[in-house]
Amino acid sequence: MIVIIDYGRGNLFSLSQALKTLNKPYLVTDNPDKILSASRLFLPGVGAFGDAMDRLKDRNLIEPIHSAVENGIPLLGICVGCQILLEKSEEFGEHAGLGLIPGKTVRLPNIKHKSKSRVRIPNVGWRALSIKSHAPLLGCLNSDDWMYFVHSYAPSVKHSKNIAATTNINGLDVPVAIQSRKILGVQFHPEKSGASGLKLIANFIEEEF
Amino acid sequence: MLKTRIIPCLDVHDGRVVKGVNFINLVDAGDPVEQARVYDEQGADEICFLDITASSEDRDTLYNVVSQTAQQCFMPLTVGGGVRSIEDVRKLLIAGADKVSINTAAINRPELVSEASEKFGRQCIVVAIDAKHNQSDGYQIFTHGGRTSTGINAIDWAKRVVELGAGEILLTSMDRDGTGNGFDIGLTKKISESVSVPVIASGGVGNLDHMVEGIRDGMASAVLAASIFHFGKYSIAEAKKYMRNAGLNVRI
Repeated sequence: MIVIIDYGRGNLFSLSQALKTLNKPYLVTDNPDKILSASRLFLPGVGAFGDAMDRLKDRNLIEPIHSAVENGIPLLGICVGCQILLEKSEEFGEHAGLGLIPGKTVRLPNIKHKSKSRVRIPNVGWRALSIKSHAPLLGCLNSDDWMYFVHSYAPSVKHSKNIAATTNINGLDVPVAIQSRKILGVQFHPEKSGASGLKLIANFIEEEF
Repeated sequence: MLKTRIIPCLDVHDGRVVKGVNFINLVDAGDPVEQARVYDEQGADEICFLDITASSEDRDTLYNVVSQTAQQCFMPLTVGGGVRSIEDVRKLLIAGADKVSINTAAINRPELVSEASEKFGRQCIVVAIDAKHNQSDGYQIFTHGGRTSTGINAIDWAKRVVELGAGEILLTSMDRDGTGNGFDIGLTKKISESVSVPVIASGGVGNLDHMVEGIRDGMASAVLAASIFHFGKYSIAEAKKYMRNAGLNVRI
């Protein structure tokens, strides 16, 4: 069964609707047994890094997530669910993450000068992705598959092999999709990105790992 | 490259879409869920619901409308109107909103903005500013759907809420709203230059040139419009095509 991990945060509703539309049966739960026997795991997230980790701790979900990943269950983290895959964040003080992918989250670069072309932070809106050749999960996307972003922080990974896609924000190629083995994290919201986003979610579910 | 957003706004009253001239003389323009679905199909980049009477008549925002819309539209949804507490924000996010817009409550208790952004992330906290030109001291902010003056300077307020944690500013010119005479470009530019977060220009769109002006001259990141879309004067697709031809980067 596909499991959306429920830790009291994240866009459970939109993600559920996306899976419903794709005719994929799913479960929204914080039950460790269900997480450990899932066929696919979704780790949603909206909000702040530290708060998300606190909620995961409150519900004793950190161990089950680690075990599930060790057992080879594919996991897709979305937005803050992607950020907490990393080791730590500097948002509202330093917080430890799940540490599944080496790296941390950093604040997006803000450009001070009053250029019309600068990107304002939070980065809100639709963008195209530069997809890396070693990212099979994103191979289903074309250059006109724009994704919806709304964030002030983004992943900064230790190893470039963990970068699946980037987008250019104020001159910096920001990793917005990260991967390691069967773990994928996307900073954008596929569940809010229309048909393009649904395509990515379907691919994550259907792709053989 | 980031695309310029076009955001149709649905002003909701008693679960129905309405749009008034200067916020008075409301005209019924349909079912919000159906409207949102049409906009989604037309390629809207985001949808905004404003429960325009919630604040002044103490009414809860329409969780039902939000949830029904989010069931049908896989696109970002911003909801505002009558948001007074962290609990209100939480309920709207659970109902399916992606961003929550705070107006009157932020003025009554500015800490709400910092508390909400710390809890849910600043990216989902929008502060709505209703501004009106005043001969003596520039632009002043109004609350309660434009009925109550606060005496607060709009530019000072915009800077303050961004410091507190607002992730976006939804800026409405009370002088232009419902007139169809175009955005107040002076106001939009002043606010855009004063803050680092995205500014959504609102109030006054009567034709597609106005939308281009809001981005090009007002330096807004997104344009919001209501009546020109939901009375069928233009479709979202027409607006996007027009903006692209004017040299703006839009998602088509």
